[in-house]
Amino acid sequence: MYDILIIDDEAVINEAVIKIAETEGLKIDSCTNARDGLKKLEKDHYKITLCDIMMPEMNGFQLLNEVKSESINTHVIMITGFSTVENAVKSLHMGAIDFIPKPFTYDEIISSIYRGLEFCNLQERIRNSINGNDDDTIIYVPCPPKYLKLGNTSWMNLEYEGAAVIGVTDLFLRTIKSLSSVELFDVDEILIQGNTCSTLLTEDEIPHNIMAPIGGKIVERNEKLLENFSLLEKDPYFEGWLYRIIPADIEYDMKYLTPCSTDRV
Amino acid sequence: MKRFKQKFNKIALKLIFSVSITTAVTIGVYSYFNLEAQSDLLVSEFERHANQLSSTIIKSTRTSMLDYDTETTHNIINTVSEDQCIKDVRLFNKSGVIIYTSDSSLIGTMVDKDAEGCYSCHSTEQALSEAPIEKRSRIYQLNPDSSRIMGLMTPIYNEKSCWESDCHVHPESQKLLGVLDITMCLKEVEIAQQESTVKLIVFALVSILVLSIIIGFFVKRWIDTPVSNLMLATREISAGNLNYSVKDLGNDELGILGRAFNTMTKKMSDARMQLFQSDKMSSLGRLAAGVAHEINNPLTGVLTYSSFLLKRTKNNSEIQEDLKVIVRETKRSREIVKGLLDFARQSVPKKHNVKAREIIDRAASVVNNQLILKHIGLEKKFDPDLPMITVDADQIQQVFINLIVNASDAIEGDNGKIVITTSLTNLLPYGITQIKTAVCKNRHNLIDNEIKIESMPTVKLKAEAGNNSGYINLDPIYGKSRHKYNLKLNSGDDIKISCPRCDISFIKEREQCPKCNSSIFTFESPPNGMFEGCTNTNCDWQRWQAIDEGGQKTYVKIQIEDNGSGIQSEDLSRIFEPFFSTKGQKGTGLGLAVIWGIIDNHNGTITVESEVGQGTKFTILLPVT
Repeated sequence: MYDILIIDDEAVINEAVIKIAETEGLKIDSCTNARDGLKKLEKDHYKITLCDIMMPEMNGFQLLNEVKSESINTHVIMITGFSTVENAVKSLHMGAIDFIPKPFTYDEIISSIYRGLEFCNLQERIRNSINGNDDDTIIYVPCPPKYLKLGNTSWMNLEYEGAAVIGVTDLFLRTIKSLSSVELFDVDEILIQGNTCSTLLTEDEIPHNIMAPIGGKIVERNEKLLENFSLLEKDPYFEGWLYRIIPADIEYDMKYLTPCSTDRV
Repeated sequence: MKRFKQKFNKIALKLIFSVSITTAVTIGVYSYFNLEAQSDLLVSEFERHANQLSSTIIKSTRTSMLDYDTETTHNIINTVSEDQCIKDVRLFNKSGVIIYTSDSSLIGTMVDKDAEGCYSCHSTEQALSEAPIEKRSRIYQLNPDSSRIMGLMTPIYNEKSCWESDCHVHPESQKLLGVLDITMCLKEVEIAQQESTVKLIVFALVSILVLSIIIGFFVKRWIDTPVSNLMLATREISAGNLNYSVKDLGNDELGILGRAFNTMTKKMSDARMQLFQSDKMSSLGRLAAGVAHEINNPLTGVLTYSSFLLKRTKNNSEIQEDLKVIVRETKRSREIVKGLLDFARQSVPKKHNVKAREIIDRAASVVNNQLILKHIGLEKKFDPDLPMITVDADQIQQVFINLIVNASDAIEGDNGKIVITTSLTNLLPYGITQIKTAVCKNRHNLIDNEIKIESMPTVKLKAEAGNNSGYINLDPIYGKSRHKYNLKLNSGDDIKISCPRCDISFIKEREQCPKCNSSIFTFESPPNGMFEGCTNTNCDWQRWQAIDEGGQKTYVKIQIEDNGSGIQSEDLSRIFEPFFSTKGQKGTGLGLAVIWGIIDNHNGTITVESEVGQGTKFTILLPVT
């Protein structure tokens, strides 16, 4: 059993990721095309699969589709170039749990890997609790049914007069260690869907970037959160909101959002 | 041969050739009939002459005949025959026996009745006794080299004096006594004919030549020269020289064509510039995207390895410092690549309605600190009545930030100043379009042909303000408010405007002038929809939607002007190219290219004016939708 499978047609990226993973004591395997990757996935169990979107022959989307249709037990994290942020958001909609824009730093990739592994653990615990093997402690708080979310990271809720509130899901917070600080953008700044809208620093000094669920202009930010970031962990869906924004193109962005009602088991 | 063909293919030569042919044919036909008529006339004149001569001979020999004096008769005939023009004179009796002739050897011989001269009367068994002169004459040629000869027979009839004469040669019962046959050569006539033929041919040739020269001259002047000028121009244009222009060709159709040609070339040249720029930008965009993608992978290698090393060498502070530089610089490269991809991004901007001033304010607030540090004053001159523009606020903000930063970079010293001006421009219909029709709801014509402004008929409206009533003659040019009033109105008056014929009100209910909040009036200008104007005499607001929609668009004009170092004129045309930078190592050279791409994506335009040492002015036009 492996922790990670990295699939990228650039060997240098594979090697770098392998070094990083091994430094962190993770078990990792690699291959340079999606077909070999699928074979490996069928043979062995990998907790998470890091996969480049743009590859010759079979691309990341096709791999993701195969994983979903074959019910392969792995969680896919997409690696993507800058111009394909839209594709990346699309891949979240298709079932990837995260994406990392290229080029990435050690911290950026390792934070994503750790979140992915933790996500696996959570899923495992959920499965166990359904099977009755675990006590019924709440593993994570699902977001309110009328909210919409981007992947498992961030949520948004449409308000009166066309404004929208956005925040971080409890599931995301459960995949990271205890917070040490929260960075927020300024009012009037513009958010783009899928791009970073806030960075959470955890006690292990790893920064975690939050993707904006929709694009728009920030009209208000949660100042209370800057004073007391524990609000985020206590009440991520109400008191722990991040921004109030005026959406730029809500209809376009909504395509890639999933209703939180699907979160319920 | 080819050269000749080429030459002949010229319009001028074709015209001259066809005119010459027409002239030649006309003159030829005319000459032919003229010569025919002339020679007919000459021959009949000659016949008359011969006839006269015959009767003279008959009359002069009459006495000697009556006296039966053959000697005298012979002498007379011989004497007459001596004339150079007369070839022969013969006298023969009814049976055809030659009695007198200038050639004495033939006397007593028979005339061949089937011979050419006799045939006219003796064609039938019974000879004609009286034949007309043209029947009696004959023209023949003895041999091909000699001139033609005309013969004329004159019958001599019996008279009382003849049968009563002493000689009793002719009895009373005899009707025809004999025939006088005179033959004369036609040399003179032929010479005359030849002369007039030669004259006509010379005349024809000369007139064809003169006509050709005259036509050639005018054709060259009016057609050939302008056409070859146009030809030269088309060759130049097709060779790619779009700056070539045809010189003035006068006021005829070719002159108009020449001017139209120049206008077309100018437009083509402009379009090509735009296209060239746009094409260059898009190909560079594709190139940039390709390069960015290619660079992205090795960059990922560098960034991951260097940040990996940074983690592994936490205890070695010396290496840490150096590695941090590598990571920092690689991150900077990442931003440059991101910039390249922003420039290359083909996606449609996400547009929504915003106020231009809001975007500018936001941009200004971002760079405010930098401006304060450099002691640069930022002056904003905003038109308060600007309509909203539909733009991607994020992108447009990026444009303004870039332009303000560029301006501040260009400023040295402490007296720096950046001025941002916004205004509204209506590029075509406004200020030019004429109101040609105007009717009220009852289809009454409002056009007043008596009161004119700039010799154009005005629109007559009835105006009432309190007890005061009269007429307003509206300026027929949309957007120009040089109205004529025949009543006194104050700017604050509540004015009622109606049809001068049926008093139906033109005031538009529940709507106010967007400029001064006074009430507005409206009437129809078929087929161009409703025309609207402000009732306030001091306000020049007018709106003519159909014209605005159909013609040119309304633009929000934003100008950013600095008093910095300016841009060299040779650099001006290149500043919107990617990687063109005057900042040396400081900039990446992507800024203005990205700006150009963004404005272009918004269907707007960006232009630059600059003077070295004076400053630079960027003008952005964004369409109001």
